[in-house]
Amino acid sequence: MLEQFFQFLVTGVTVGSLYALVGLGFALIYNASDVVNFAQGEFVMLGAMTAIALLGVGLPLPVAAIAATLAAILVGLLLERFAIEPAQGASVVTTIIITIGAAIFLRGVALLLWGKDFHSLPSFSGDAPIHLGGATVLPQSLWVLGVTMLLVGLVRAFLDRTLLGKALLACSFNRAAAQLVGINVRVMLRLAYGLSAGLGAIAGILIAPITFSSYEAGVMLGLKGFSAAIIGGIGNPMGAVAGGLLLGVLEALGAGLISSGYKDAIAFLFVLMVLFFKPTGLFGHQLVERV
Amino acid sequence: MRLAGFYLFAALVALLPVLFPTNYFVIVVGASAGLHVILAVGLNLLMGYAGQISLGHAAFFGMGAYASAILTTRFGWPSLLALAAGLLVAGVIAWLLARPILRLRGHYLAMATLGFGIIIHVILVQATQWTGGPDGLAGIPPLNLLGWSVEGDFQWYGVIMAAMLLAVWLSLNLVDSQFGRALRAVHGSEFAAQMMGIDIVRAKTQVFVVSALFAAFAGGLFAHQQAFVSPDSFNLIVSVELVTMVVLGGMASTFGAACGAIALTLLHQGLVVFEDYEMLVHGILLMAVMIFLPQGLFVGLSQGARRLWATVRQEF
Repeated sequence: MLEQFFQFLVTGVTVGSLYALVGLGFALIYNASDVVNFAQGEFVMLGAMTAIALLGVGLPLPVAAIAATLAAILVGLLLERFAIEPAQGASVVTTIIITIGAAIFLRGVALLLWGKDFHSLPSFSGDAPIHLGGATVLPQSLWVLGVTMLLVGLVRAFLDRTLLGKALLACSFNRAAAQLVGINVRVMLRLAYGLSAGLGAIAGILIAPITFSSYEAGVMLGLKGFSAAIIGGIGNPMGAVAGGLLLGVLEALGAGLISSGYKDAIAFLFVLMVLFFKPTGLFGHQLVERV
Repeated sequence: MRLAGFYLFAALVALLPVLFPTNYFVIVVGASAGLHVILAVGLNLLMGYAGQISLGHAAFFGMGAYASAILTTRFGWPSLLALAAGLLVAGVIAWLLARPILRLRGHYLAMATLGFGIIIHVILVQATQWTGGPDGLAGIPPLNLLGWSVEGDFQWYGVIMAAMLLAVWLSLNLVDSQFGRALRAVHGSEFAAQMMGIDIVRAKTQVFVVSALFAAFAGGLFAHQQAFVSPDSFNLIVSVELVTMVVLGGMASTFGAACGAIALTLLHQGLVVFEDYEMLVHGILLMAVMIFLPQGLFVGLSQGARRLWATVRQEF
């Protein structure tokens, strides 16, 4: 029983890491622009599918992964420039619909490029499972965990320690004031979109060897990332990371102990409960200071 | 004169099948557009007038459809009674959900309605013993209206158009009532609305229930018309399409929503041959309308026309 529980925990933390990365992207964009980017999941899909396609034409995996990440960053910047900037000052409902439109558009492009088939990447370092106290861990899961921890650490250091990161945070507190002290808000906006697109793409490349990828793969991941951001308190980057991990574990436990078919329903039921009873998120805003 | 637009619309709907009685586009696509109009007009009451976004409206559509499907095929209920039961189920669930969910605003409301829609969809897929699971439920008997069994595309066109006109008429009257004015006040400023003595919780709850009832009504008709339901007709994509219809035509306008529904239905039909491009076009359309014409195609164009008319009158 305990072994089984541990196994669910491993699965949950692996999936949760992806939700954390996507949620972190949500939080960064929300901070910089007050926009919830519903196309976040599509960055995940684009990262995975581009990497798979580049590997297919003979590029080595590391090169394909980096190129795919750069491609997704470019798409993120284009999205900001051509869909978000022209609609500045629009209502919340309008921006939600614009980003949903962007998500559908990107999915449509992926459908034309790669068709409806499912694709997969080879694991980064083999498929031999590692036995850890009764539970089995795939080497790819360790990659997911390791890279996620590294990225979260880097983003945190960037926000806390660098002038650029502090400028980005300043935009989230008060955009007019940030502009007044000489921060180029427009550049910060692009930075946020580029950064979250990159984070999403890396998440997609990391998970591609474990789950199959297709043009639709980003939808659910994007929504779970948004859920992670809400659980953690929207606009709280480290809260989103914690929210993602929590959501992943909860989902894995729900799938294992209750029913795997209902795992998405369990996840969203939890999000609804958080929204109904603690809409500011489980971790409030203090977590940023404490962790 | 207030309902002049409605009479014009009704005349057009009645005239089309007389002119083209065997035209597939008019009879079959028209009926499908009619169902979409009911859905969009109902959602517009919530989104356009009360300013509350719903990304899970397909759930209520699905409840109406599955209530009709399950009660008629598994329990042998008469179709009208099943339709009424579907309305009751959707109405009660909307009423229970309204209070906690409509306290949320903006992105939170979007997430909550979206989550609700996904939960209902998962239940439709998973509760196989009731819903038939992913394969859906087939063999739904035809709608029986007090002894008249509705069969064939032509009869269905008539029934759905009658239902659609009823929905449009209801919406036009609701909007022009005290209820409608309260909704618009809530949309403008909840605080100001409250100051004027509007019970905003009650107003929001009512509009949520009404718009769920519109969707469930369309769902019941859909189930009988198709004689088959499956969860795919009620997923997130459908919810997003419903939102697209409302914003495409123009929010806070009954005819705007109706035009959006008709336009999107025609677009889908037109793109059937280029199935792979449908998503691409859908995405571009959503972005372009929201960026360049955020008040919607129908509302934007009719405002433009009115302004043009005013200048023309001034000049001459």
